[in-house]
Amino acid sequence: MNEQPVIRTQGLTRYFGAKPAVYDLNLEVPRGCVFAFLGRNGSGKTTTIRMLLGLLQPTRGEGRILGHDIRSLPPEARARIGYLTEEHQLYGWMNVNECGDFQSRFYPRWNEKIFHGVIGHFSLKPTARVKDLSRGERAGLCLGLTLAPEPELLILDDPAMGLDPVAHRSLIESMIYLTRRSDRTIFFSSHQLADVERVADYIAILDRSVLRVCCPLETFRNSVQQVRLRFPGAPPPVPKIPGLLQAFRAEGELRFICLHYDEATERALQALAPTQMERVPINLEDAFISYLGERGEKSFILSETEAQP
Amino acid sequence: MSFNITISTGSNTPIYKQITDQVWLAFVTGKLEVGDQLPTVRTLAEDLVVNPNTVARAYADLTRDGLIESRAGRGVFITRKRKVFTREEGWRRLEPLIDAAIGEAMAMDFTHQELREAFEKKLGQWKHVKGGN
Repeated sequence: MNEQPVIRTQGLTRYFGAKPAVYDLNLEVPRGCVFAFLGRNGSGKTTTIRMLLGLLQPTRGEGRILGHDIRSLPPEARARIGYLTEEHQLYGWMNVNECGDFQSRFYPRWNEKIFHGVIGHFSLKPTARVKDLSRGERAGLCLGLTLAPEPELLILDDPAMGLDPVAHRSLIESMIYLTRRSDRTIFFSSHQLADVERVADYIAILDRSVLRVCCPLETFRNSVQQVRLRFPGAPPPVPKIPGLLQAFRAEGELRFICLHYDEATERALQALAPTQMERVPINLEDAFISYLGERGEKSFILSETEAQP
Repeated sequence: MSFNITISTGSNTPIYKQITDQVWLAFVTGKLEVGDQLPTVRTLAEDLVVNPNTVARAYADLTRDGLIESRAGRGVFITRKRKVFTREEGWRRLEPLIDAAIGEAMAMDFTHQELREAFEKKLGQWKHVKGGN
């Protein structure tokens, strides 16, 4: 059994001019998982993916993909990786079937059944011209072309972008379908947290070129906690609280979102002497936003001092 | 089996917990009975369009809590043969549910008396289900 990670990077860094696009990235993607690669626009996700595929040389650092050095990826390894990107090269004059025939010649392992399964799932006519396809249909065709060679590792760069809800659902279903083979790994970047919640086992979060989170999804969810404190009058000012991500002030209450909520956090909150204190479950999106948003206190209402100058 | 699981993303409740909650609810309301079969992990995952590991996690929790049992080669079945929660753990799980119901009721201006009566009436309807020991 092959237990080494399918992707592993150490100190992977890429500068564009003086600006780091990816800085000191240590990423590990276990075999057989669905791995969501998250971060705001411009955080370095695509740069990372391009380096992993050997399409962009790192400034420094190491990376291995399917056991091979990313600086010298042999074609044999490249053929075991499926890469779906927005700029998938298609010829407008071909029809759907012809695209499949054309692509299949580059892959000895081409599986025609998968190709037709995927395009059928996206309700694509085999005789439709590429230039007449809608965005969603085009995405379906690209996915079919990417999946038919049965890649061991599937890398999807923002696959959900611009898809209508029906095409979007087909994409997610295809990803779930792919997990039937437990040795297949899916690595995808996305802004769709609903997708992440449905399909991901692991997540990584890039924040302004730096990797901040790389763990199972559940671990991330458990590490971000929300607590509501009620006060008889105006809530006290927010002191320094260990692990505080964000604080929200409202009438008679303070709400805190904390990372790694522990006894120290609990003590700091109890010290505010609230009349009531309760954990409030938080959804993935709110946890993600408070993790990546500006730290500190947010106020939705003017405090009394601000209201009366 | 008149039992259907639905999940929603963006909920404060993780998907695996939505699944376990619904199976428990179906059991305590009699929609699922001992011996009923649940879909396999793979089937349910594809129905719900979620990662099979999420369903596996839910089933593992239900198995640990003694509600279901996986029989090799035959599938997943509802069982209930041992008491799984300590009294304390039971209370810990029950209390937030009671609080939530009372909170909702207060928000809708029900009186304490109305609530008490409603509770009694409901309990009456549940006579056929054995509770506790």
